Amino acid sequence: MDILQILLTESFWAATLRIATPLIFGVLGALICEKSGVLNLGIEGIFVAGAMAGWMTVWFGFSLWTGLLVAIIVGGFFGLIHAILTVPLGLSQHVSGLGVTMLATSVSYFTYRTALPKVSSPPKIEPFQPLDVPFLSELPFVGPILSQQTAMTWLAILMVGLVWWIFNRTPLGLSIRAVGDNPNAVDAQGLSVYGIRIGSIIVGSSIMALGGAFLTMSAFDSFFFGMVNGRGWICIALVIFASWRPGKALLGAILFGAFDAFQVRLQTEVGAFLPSQVFLMAPYVLSIIALVIVARRAEYPRALLKPWFKGAR
Amino acid sequence: MMKSIRVLSLENISKRFGSVVANNSVNIDLYQGEVLALLGENGAGKTTLMNMLFGHYIPDSGSIEILGNKGQMEPLILGHPQASLDAGIGMVHQHFTLAENLSVLDNILLGSEKIWAWRHNRSNARDKISKIMNRTGLSAPLDEEVGKLTVGERQRVEILKALYQEVKILVLDEPTAVLTPQEADTLFENVSAMTKDGLSVIFISHKLREVLSFSNRIAVLRHGKKVGEIPTSEANERVIARMMVGEDTIENPRKKMKIGSPVLQLNGVSSKGDSTRTSLKRTNLTIHKHEIVGVAGVSGNGQSMLAKLISGLAEPDSGELLIDGKNIKYFSPQEMQSLGVGRIPEDRHHDGVIGAMSVAENLIIERLHDEDVNNKGFLQNKNIRKNAKTLIEKYDIRGPGIDANAALLSGGNIQKLILARVFECMPNVILANQPTRGLDLGAANEVARRLLEARTRGAGILLISEDLDEILELSDRIMVIHDGSLTEAINVSREAIGLMMAGEKA
Amino acid sequence: MIRIEPREMPSKWWTIGIPIISAFIAILLAAIPLSLADANILEAYRQMANGIFGSTFAFTEMLTRATPLIFTGLAATIAFRAKLWNIGAEGQLYLGAMAAVAVGTGLIDAPAFILIPIILLAGALSGAIGMAAPTYLKTRFGADEVVTTLLLNFIVIIFLQMMLEGPLKDPMGMGWPQSEPIVDNGVLPQLLPRMRMHAGLIIALLTAGLVHLFLSKSIWGFKIRAVGENPSAALHAGINVKRTFMGAAVVSGAIAGLAGVSEVAGLRGYLTTDLSPGFGYTGIVVAMLAGLSPIGVVISAIFIASIFVGADTMSRAIGVSSYLADLVVALSLICVLIGGFIARYKFIRTNKGNV
Repeated sequence: MDILQILLTESFWAATLRIATPLIFGVLGALICEKSGVLNLGIEGIFVAGAMAGWMTVWFGFSLWTGLLVAIIVGGFFGLIHAILTVPLGLSQHVSGLGVTMLATSVSYFTYRTALPKVSSPPKIEPFQPLDVPFLSELPFVGPILSQQTAMTWLAILMVGLVWWIFNRTPLGLSIRAVGDNPNAVDAQGLSVYGIRIGSIIVGSSIMALGGAFLTMSAFDSFFFGMVNGRGWICIALVIFASWRPGKALLGAILFGAFDAFQVRLQTEVGAFLPSQVFLMAPYVLSIIALVIVARRAEYPRALLKPWFKGAR
Repeated sequence: MMKSIRVLSLENISKRFGSVVANNSVNIDLYQGEVLALLGENGAGKTTLMNMLFGHYIPDSGSIEILGNKGQMEPLILGHPQASLDAGIGMVHQHFTLAENLSVLDNILLGSEKIWAWRHNRSNARDKISKIMNRTGLSAPLDEEVGKLTVGERQRVEILKALYQEVKILVLDEPTAVLTPQEADTLFENVSAMTKDGLSVIFISHKLREVLSFSNRIAVLRHGKKVGEIPTSEANERVIARMMVGEDTIENPRKKMKIGSPVLQLNGVSSKGDSTRTSLKRTNLTIHKHEIVGVAGVSGNGQSMLAKLISGLAEPDSGELLIDGKNIKYFSPQEMQSLGVGRIPEDRHHDGVIGAMSVAENLIIERLHDEDVNNKGFLQNKNIRKNAKTLIEKYDIRGPGIDANAALLSGGNIQKLILARVFECMPNVILANQPTRGLDLGAANEVARRLLEARTRGAGILLISEDLDEILELSDRIMVIHDGSLTEAINVSREAIGLMMAGEKA
Repeated sequence: MIRIEPREMPSKWWTIGIPIISAFIAILLAAIPLSLADANILEAYRQMANGIFGSTFAFTEMLTRATPLIFTGLAATIAFRAKLWNIGAEGQLYLGAMAAVAVGTGLIDAPAFILIPIILLAGALSGAIGMAAPTYLKTRFGADEVVTTLLLNFIVIIFLQMMLEGPLKDPMGMGWPQSEPIVDNGVLPQLLPRMRMHAGLIIALLTAGLVHLFLSKSIWGFKIRAVGENPSAALHAGINVKRTFMGAAVVSGAIAGLAGVSEVAGLRGYLTTDLSPGFGYTGIVVAMLAGLSPIGVVISAIFIASIFVGADTMSRAIGVSSYLADLVVALSLICVLIGGFIARYKFIRTNKGNV
C-alpha cells in the first residue's frame, strides 16, 4: 500500500478524527486561557483528572453524560486553583500551572488507586458508541468516516464553532480578546479584569477536562496510569501553531491526528526496517518542529504571562 | 458665559502609597462648561488624584460628589471605573487604554454593551460614532486595527471612546505630550467646541505655556497639596511657576561653545523596524564634540530605531555609522559601550535598571569586565560597595541604601542612578532618550545640568525628546524626525518645528 | 475590603520561614485524603516518621532518595534563576544515565579514579546537550522552551526504550530491556557498609556548594541573575543574553545528567526504563521550595525525599496508596507559592466606600 492508498481508506480518516478529538478540546481550552492572558500549564494534569473523574462517575453507575458533567466540574475546579494563584495573586504562571498538573495528577491517581483495588486487568465501562447521524452518514466516503465517530467528537467540532462565535460576535468574546492585549483597556471601560480572566481560565480548564474524558469514555473504556502521555503539552504547542484561532485549532488538531494515524499505518508497512520507537517519537518531534516553524512570527497575546493588579499604574 | 453650576466636588482627598504621600487633603471644584487645568510638576499628585476620580484607586480619606440627573450633588461610589462611567466621568489616560489587536470600532464598543448579549450591535454603534465624529470634528478609521494607528490617531480614539459613553466630565491626562504644537491647538479647539455643548473638562499638565493658553481656571498642585487656584485671565507664567515649584526656577545657562571633531556620524543609514512606521530612511546625522543635537518629533516616527542603532541593539540595513571616525561593523551594546557611547534609555524601568537587584549592583552592571569589579571571574564586593557609596553621594541618589532593590527608588532617583552609571565612564557620545520624562523639576534640572556639564567636558550628545521646550532650551542644533527621516531645522521657532514634526515644510 | 501593597523589604525570617511553614501545612493537609481513604491518620503519620527515622537504614535510604533530587533541584535552580524554564530534567537525567552506561559498561578499561570521572563527564555532557538543544531553538527561533523541553522528555524516554532493546541491551539479561551493568571500576563507592547510600551524595553536596559559590559570587552568576530578573535591561547594559541562556542551559542540563549517572552508577548498577520515578519533575518542586537557593535545595531535597520514603513505608504498613506522597509534594509547591506571595505583600483592611 502506498501513501495515496493509505490516505484514501476510511479507517485512516476515522482514526484521524479519533486521535484529533482530545486535542481539539485541549487546544480550545488552552486557547481560551491564553487569549485572556494566562498560560495554563495545568492542562496535562487536568486531562488526567477529566479522564479519571468522568470514567469513575460512570463506573459508579451514572450515565455517560453525567460523567462528562463531572469531568467539566473537576476541570473547572483545578482551573479555579490556577486562576486564583495567577490572577489576583499574580504568581508565576509557569510554576502555578506545573503545580496544578502535579496536584491534579496525584489526586487522580490517589483517588483511583484508593477507590479501586489493584487487579490484573483494568476495570472497564461501557463507553460512548459511534453515533449515526441520519443525513450525514449516507454521504459517500465522508459518511462512513463520520458514522464511526462518537458524540464527543461531534461535541468537539460544535465547540469549535461556539468558541469562534463567542470570540468574534459577542461582547464577552471581545472583552476576553481585549483583556489578553491590554487589561488596562478593559479596566478603563468598567469591566472586571479579574472576573474575565478567572472566568476564562475556569471555562478553558473545563473544556480541557473533556479532552481527558474522551480518552477514557470514548476512545478507550478504562483508565490507566500514564495514558495522557504528553497530549496536554502537545496541545500547548498546537495553540501557538493555531495562532490562537479556533478554526485553525481544529485544522491543527486534525493535521496532527492525520500524521499520527499515518505513522501508525506506516509502521505496519515499513516496520521491519525501523524500530517501532521511531514512529512513537514522531508526534512529539512533529510538535517541536511545528513550534519552531511558527515561533518567529507568532503573535502572542500581548498581555500573556504578565500579571495585572488593580490599582497598580 | 455659562451659569456657574457646580458639577463636581472633590473634598479633602488624601492618598498615600506606603510612606509616600501622593495627595494631601485636596479640594477641587469643577463648574459646568469650563476647562480647569490641573497644573503641577511630575510627581505632584495630579494623575493620582484623577485616577481616584475615575475609580482606579480608592482615597484613604475624603469624598467626591457629582451632579446627578436630578440636579442634586450625589456622592460618587469610589474605586469602580464602572461607577465613574455611569456618573458621566470619562478619562483620556496618558498611557492609552486601547487594545491594539482590536479595531477602533471594537475598542469603542468594549464595555458599552451588556456582556452576556448574544451578539454585537455594530451598526447602531457605527451610526452613533459617526454622529459624534461629525459634531466634534474628531475622526478615526473605524475598521483599522488600533495597533496600526499613529499616536495622534490613537488619542482621538481615546476621546471618541469617552464621548461615546456620553460623559459630562472629561479628564485629559497630559494630552499634548504626544502631539505636535499644531495638533495640540486642534485638540483644544475641539475641546472648546465640546465645552460649548455643556461638557466640563479637567486637563492635567505640567506645561505652563499650554495651561495659560487653553484653560479658564488653573489649580496648582505641589507635593500632593493644592497650593493655589487662579482664574487664567489673572495668571501669568511667573506667578504660576512660583506656585508650582515654590521658589524661583533655576535656569541652566547654555554657554556657546566651539564644536570639535565629529564623535557620531550616521551616513545614509536605513533600518527597517517591525512596521514601516518605525524604520529609518537614509538618515544623515553628525554630532560633534562640545555639542548637543536635539531630535524633536512625535513618538513613533523612528526615534526608537535611531536609539536602538546607537545603543547597539540593532544593525543598519544600509549606510554606515561612525563613532570617533571609526566605522562600526559589529553592533552590540557592549561594543558601543567600549567605544565610549553612554546611553540613557527611554524606559528606565524596562531597559535602565534591574529592579530586583540592588543599587550597588545596578551601578556596576555595565562594568562587569572592569578590573576593579571582576577578579578572575568573581565579583569584588568590597570595591562594588565602595563604588556605590561614592556614587550615591556624588549624584545625590536617595533611597533606602546601596543594598536596597533598585525598584524601591523613585523615578527621579532611578534616573540619577542611570546618570551616575553613564557619566562616570566619561563617555564621548551620549544618547539621552527622553531623559526627563516623568521627572519633577528638581530632578529634570539635575539631568539638564549634567548633560550641559558633559557637553562642556567635550562629549557630543544626542538628545531625543518629545518635550519641545526641553529641546529648545538645551540644543545647539535641532533636527526633526518624521516618518523615519531626519531634517535639520533652520528656523528654530516652535511653529516651524511643529510643522516639520507633522511632516510639513516649515 | 482588603487591599494589597508590596512590602518594602521582605524580611529574612519570612524568606526562610515560608518554605518550612508551607512544608508543614502540606503534610498536615495530607490528613484530608488520608481520612477520605478511611485510614487511621495518626497511625499513618507514625508510619511515615518510622520510615524516615525508624532506623539507620531508613535514614540512609532517605538520603539515598534525596541524592538525585539534589541534582535535579540544582538543575532547576540554575535554569529558573535565568528564567529559563527547564522542565526537561527528566529527559536530561536519562541522557546522562545512557551516556554513563555507554561508557562505563566495559568500553573503557581503567582504574576507578580515572573511569569514574570519565563516566561523570560523559553523563554531564550528555545532559548538557539535552538542554542546550531546546535553548538553542529558543535563542535562535524564539521557540518557547517550556514546551520543547517537556516534549523532549517523551522523546528521550522512547529513545531510551529503543536503546535498551538495541545497542545497549544486556545479552545476559534474560530478554528484559535493561543495560549491561556498570563495571566494578565505574561504580560509585558505597558510603557505609550494608547501606545503599553512595558517593553520589558527596558529589551532589559538592555540586550544591559549587553552584552556590558561582551563583552568588561570580560574574557568570551575576549575569544569570540579571538576565532572569530583567532581560531587556541586561541586554541594554551589554550582557550577552543569548550566551547567558546557553551557559545556564549547559550547566543545568549537565547537573541533571549527573543525577542519571548517580542513580545508575551509584544505586542501581544498570539502566532500565524505570530508573526515575519523576525525579526531574520533582526537582522543580525541590527548587521552588528552596526559594531557588542552592543550599536550600539540599534541605528541600531531604524533606521531599523524606515524604516519599515515609509514604512508601506507610503505604506498605496500612495500605494507603503511596501516591499520597505525590499529592503532598504538589500541595507543598502550591503552599510555597502562596507563602511567597504573603511574604512579599501585606494586607491592609479598608472600609468600602469613601473612607
